[in-house]
Amino acid sequence: MDSKRKLFLKGLRDGIPIALGYLAVAFTLGITAANINMNAFQSFLMSFGMLASAGEYAAIVLIGSAAGVAEMIATTLIINLRYFLMSCSLSQKVSPDEPLWKRMLLAWFVTDELFGISSAVEGYLDPVYTYGAAAVSVTGWCLGTVLGVIVGDILPVRLASAMSVALYGMFLAIIIPPARKSRFMALLIIASMASSFVFSKAPVISGISEGFRIIILTVVIAGIAAYLRPVEEAERE
Amino acid sequence: MSDRRIYLSIFIMILTVYAIRVTPFLIFRKEIKNKWIRSFLYYVPYVTLAVMTFPAILSSTSSVISGAIALAVGIAAALIGGDLFTVAICACIAVFLSELII
Repeated sequence: MDSKRKLFLKGLRDGIPIALGYLAVAFTLGITAANINMNAFQSFLMSFGMLASAGEYAAIVLIGSAAGVAEMIATTLIINLRYFLMSCSLSQKVSPDEPLWKRMLLAWFVTDELFGISSAVEGYLDPVYTYGAAAVSVTGWCLGTVLGVIVGDILPVRLASAMSVALYGMFLAIIIPPARKSRFMALLIIASMASSFVFSKAPVISGISEGFRIIILTVVIAGIAAYLRPVEEAERE
Repeated sequence: MSDRRIYLSIFIMILTVYAIRVTPFLIFRKEIKNKWIRSFLYYVPYVTLAVMTFPAILSSTSSVISGAIALAVGIAAALIGGDLFTVAICACIAVFLSELII
């Protein structure tokens, strides 16, 4: 049991930069929610339940415009579809021996960042690590939302600007080390970033929503990579 | 919107998001044997995170310059061998300091 505890604590530590970034991002979400007269409890409930940045912005807009149920479900599905892909990947990252309830709890925490650090674990992912990271970061996410509703614009712009970059810093910490070890991974990451840049600037294509851009690029590029360089079991473990 | 409708809306959207996240875990409970699919799922996180980081990091801060500095500092810190926490904090400090100057 001691190793479980250690893993949980490691998760708590790795969750701190996520919480920092979440605090800043959720703060702006809270301000938006307050603008359409959602109260602190409603905003908290939304943040705790959805754990999604773009997804929650959309949710606020939908509530604000008194959208119908079908529109809510359809929009939420489309904007958050990338989590489907992430869950597919994580479903193979946990040991087949993990019980279903642990997987179902893990599913709650499939955000960009928690997915990122969970994927970066060597070998099988013990969900306890993700739970630890979630304990800190989800607290930051909810706290940020509630503060945004209650106190609005008190966070200095400079601080918010600096904090919001924490999330990207973490992404770099996850993708750069494998790129240093393997030339193929380095090329893969450069190709991904370059395509992402082209997709965000090119006429017509840049009109595709960000969520779909991520899905299309991931499926195509990871698909080609899997064809060019199938992963050996040894590499994965 | 009435309070009741707001709660109902939140509830519906929470369920929808969770359904997206939990479905793969319910479908793929055993290890997938197909080599291509396994490799594909192995590459997914790296590609996704790279795609989400660039060029978005450039517009995440108050100016493109501080965003670019954060990118450079983040890559450097990760190359040196910094862990998640260290790299994230380095990027934050880089933004804060560079925006004091800009």
